[in-house]
Amino acid sequence: MAVSDIALQDAPLADVTDPVVNDFSIRVATVNGSGSQTANLVLLRSIFRMGIPVSGKNLFPSNIAGLPTWFTIRASKDGYIARKPGIDLLVSMNAETAREDVLSLDSDAVVVYDAPLNLDGLRDDLVFYPVPFDKLVAEICRDAKLRRLVRNMIYDGVLANLLQIDMQQMDAALEKQLGRKPKAVALNRGALEIGYRYAAEHLEKRDRLVLAPMKKTKGLILVEGNAAAALGAMMAGVTVVTWYPITPSSSLCETLIDYLQKYRLDPETGKATFAVVQAEDEIAALGMALGAGWAGARSMTSTSGPGVSLMGEFSGLGYYAEVPAVIFDVQRVGPSTGLPTRTAQGDVLTTAFLSHGDTRHLMLFPASVEECYTMAIEAFDLAERFQTPVFVMSDLDLGMNTWMSKAFNYPKKPLDRGKVLDQETLDRIGRFGRYRDVDGDGIPYRSIPGADMPAFFCRGSGHNEWAQYSERPDDYQANVDRLARKFETARNWMPEPVVEINRKASIGIIAYGTTHWAIVESRDQLLAEADLQTSYYRVCAYPFRDALVSFIERYDRVYVVEQNRDAQMLSLMKLDVRPELANRLRSVLHYSGDPIDARTVTDSILIQEGYRVEKAGAQTTRLPHSAGVGGE
Amino acid sequence: MATVTPSNPRRNVNRIGLDTKQYRGTKTTLCAGCGHNAISERIIGACYEMGIDPGRVIKLSGIGCSSKSPAYFLGSAHGFNAVHGRMPSVGTGALLANSKLIAIGVSGDGDTGAIGIGQFVHLMRRNLPIVYIIEDNGCYGLTKGQFSPTADLGSTLKTGVVNDLPPIDTCALAVELGATFVARSFSGDKKQLMAILKAALSHRGTAMVDVLSPCVTFNDHEGSTKSYSHVKEHDDPLEEVSFVPFFEDIAVDYEPGTTQAVPMHDGSTLYLTKLDEQYDALDKIQALRVLNETRRRGEFATGVIYVEPDRDDFLAMLNLVDEPLAQLPQSRVRPQRAALNEIMESLR
Repeated sequence: MAVSDIALQDAPLADVTDPVVNDFSIRVATVNGSGSQTANLVLLRSIFRMGIPVSGKNLFPSNIAGLPTWFTIRASKDGYIARKPGIDLLVSMNAETAREDVLSLDSDAVVVYDAPLNLDGLRDDLVFYPVPFDKLVAEICRDAKLRRLVRNMIYDGVLANLLQIDMQQMDAALEKQLGRKPKAVALNRGALEIGYRYAAEHLEKRDRLVLAPMKKTKGLILVEGNAAAALGAMMAGVTVVTWYPITPSSSLCETLIDYLQKYRLDPETGKATFAVVQAEDEIAALGMALGAGWAGARSMTSTSGPGVSLMGEFSGLGYYAEVPAVIFDVQRVGPSTGLPTRTAQGDVLTTAFLSHGDTRHLMLFPASVEECYTMAIEAFDLAERFQTPVFVMSDLDLGMNTWMSKAFNYPKKPLDRGKVLDQETLDRIGRFGRYRDVDGDGIPYRSIPGADMPAFFCRGSGHNEWAQYSERPDDYQANVDRLARKFETARNWMPEPVVEINRKASIGIIAYGTTHWAIVESRDQLLAEADLQTSYYRVCAYPFRDALVSFIERYDRVYVVEQNRDAQMLSLMKLDVRPELANRLRSVLHYSGDPIDARTVTDSILIQEGYRVEKAGAQTTRLPHSAGVGGE
Repeated sequence: MATVTPSNPRRNVNRIGLDTKQYRGTKTTLCAGCGHNAISERIIGACYEMGIDPGRVIKLSGIGCSSKSPAYFLGSAHGFNAVHGRMPSVGTGALLANSKLIAIGVSGDGDTGAIGIGQFVHLMRRNLPIVYIIEDNGCYGLTKGQFSPTADLGSTLKTGVVNDLPPIDTCALAVELGATFVARSFSGDKKQLMAILKAALSHRGTAMVDVLSPCVTFNDHEGSTKSYSHVKEHDDPLEEVSFVPFFEDIAVDYEPGTTQAVPMHDGSTLYLTKLDEQYDALDKIQALRVLNETRRRGEFATGVIYVEPDRDDFLAMLNLVDEPLAQLPQSRVRPQRAALNEIMESLR
């Protein structure tokens, strides 16, 4: 019997008075390495398949097995997919964190827990559902080794019953997750089934949380940002991929390898139209990418902050020698041991000026999985058009978590290989000078080894426009001035910002990357709670478009919201705008390692706008305007 | 691009019709008498005699005196003066992009043995098809004479400072790590170096050539074990190296047992006439033994130390299409719409 049959047989669940429908967060607390990821993704996908907007965030340790991990699923009928601080339903499977997890819940929250943990005595304002997981798993699985892995699937069955999840969708999600592994599917189906039955027979519904089918996910996909970026890179025609494993970027190249092996083998010969090399470190990874870019390949690497630091010298060489390469930076929290598995937007300033000398790099800031895809494609075009390293600034939250998105479109534009010297151009310009600004846009022509055009000697800073060795001051200055001109040209080629001007707005908000999702929700909160109208400017690239200046000009106070301690994007903007405009910029910062949430943004803006924010719930009280606003 | 038409077309042109001038580069800026200049001359000679098309060559280097030298040969070839110690990665990337290129890398003993030791190690492991030349003078020339990691134990600086750390033997390291052609020579030995370079250019895989190349300005004094006279006196050739390229129909008479004929990847033949009856350049263990023994005696074993002509190089292991990846058109690198649709469907 399939699990879906159970749902059809069983009578509807007990009536729930005053239900909370499709608007709550579920947190599953497990131990990593216990197979919980499969159970969590099946749960996520089955809610998605019910048509309910959903997001999943995995908070995991830098460890392979045995440390606590939390997976948070947010169902939101309104389509909010940022992290939500409060948890409405906790699935407690980890003895180590159970007590603290339960004590941190808000009143009325629901706890499904492993019965031997005896959590129901901890609080009297929560709804507890004990489930004897070990006993149940023993009934369906004789192999002790496998038990550990299917045990977690039981809580999916329990939640399906408690929350009224469509079992047909859960069954379909299970098949999707496990693919063509019939034994695994059967075993896990058994676990779902026994969980569902146990809940139906032993747990009396005493909470208000319910999931009901909607039609809000039709045509959408579920994907991680790293997979989306990998897909973009493949569709961009990447030919050389050189990388070094690092959390949270490894899955980008690993997924790319899977895609390339499936879709980029020559149909006639079975040979690869790509090369992937796992380098000895990030320095070598970028060195290889630059070598390949110089020799005419579309090349890339993928890394995170520590790798970006190591790539500093080569990035500068790429900038000065004018060599294309695409670098994905899946940002994470600071150096070394501790929080490599937590998210941040902390590499913005470092990357903008990475290396020594006068260096400025092009950066793209995807906010969604769809933009991971589109900007990956765009990055390769920009790298070749501007003959320079291009950084795609993703983050752990975007890269490793599962996001809803509309399906990706097939690229409309052909590949832009930029100004590559050919015979026609050579005839037109007369003599080839690798670093000559023939067209007045700062972008010279380049020849490629092995392509039968005049050669040049590629060097860092010491060359004249004919690529001859030179230490002359005028040659150096002319060259860096041209590079600055090229950077200015790039300004109008970069992806445009996404701007929403609200005519009633009194303040502006600027954000970028994954911070976007908290802003979407926060703007609604500001309006609902304090009648505060806002306009919104989402930065998509550096260098900034001129529209940034006109946006700041509109408002006395503009809040730059970002996930780092030092207001990095705001600092970058200060270099670009007039001082009186820079004074209008204010900061909203979030840097705990957790993804930013709307509440943090809303409260911070309200406080800076002179409102008193009561911590209990979303209650805010307005103060006299003069009391709080620190405007100049 | 300047080309020179010889007045007599038959005079001094090689098999592809180029004369030696077309293998020259810009004028050297290194010190007069620098061993590196002699090496550049041998590279010019070897490429000319082998009839190598400069348009297919990429010259790669890191940082240092040695790394300046690619500007002084094959002026019509592309070159990339990378960052200190990281030329192997740039070369790797370039060859991934275009497997048809002929890569000549020039490094120094600091560029390889110190800052670049990591990339050197992995280059050797990968057996990338590149001729990797170390212009080895035991010191940092461009920063005025500090010890490098190949400086011998007890060797002195001009100031009298004694080196008290053991040297890195780049040849032993290369053999150990998997390089498939390992040689050592002396910039002052024209004949041997020329033959080794030609063989290196015929080899498919990493050809690591360590060339002792005295620094006339900072490391040519009494007390230095890398001075011209010291190296000349302590040069201990393993064999007489001669090379017959594939395009020359020359029959070589040799006495079996005294001369080893090594068939190279491109059809050329490397002849190693033994000076030491025992030596077999195809034997890795012997190679390591002889390197250790000569070092213990304070001598430098020169010649082709180790060669493994048949192993697959790194590019062969990648199962690449025949055309250079860099030259593939959009139709071959951007999958069709159906592929994207299939992936989208799998994500629903």
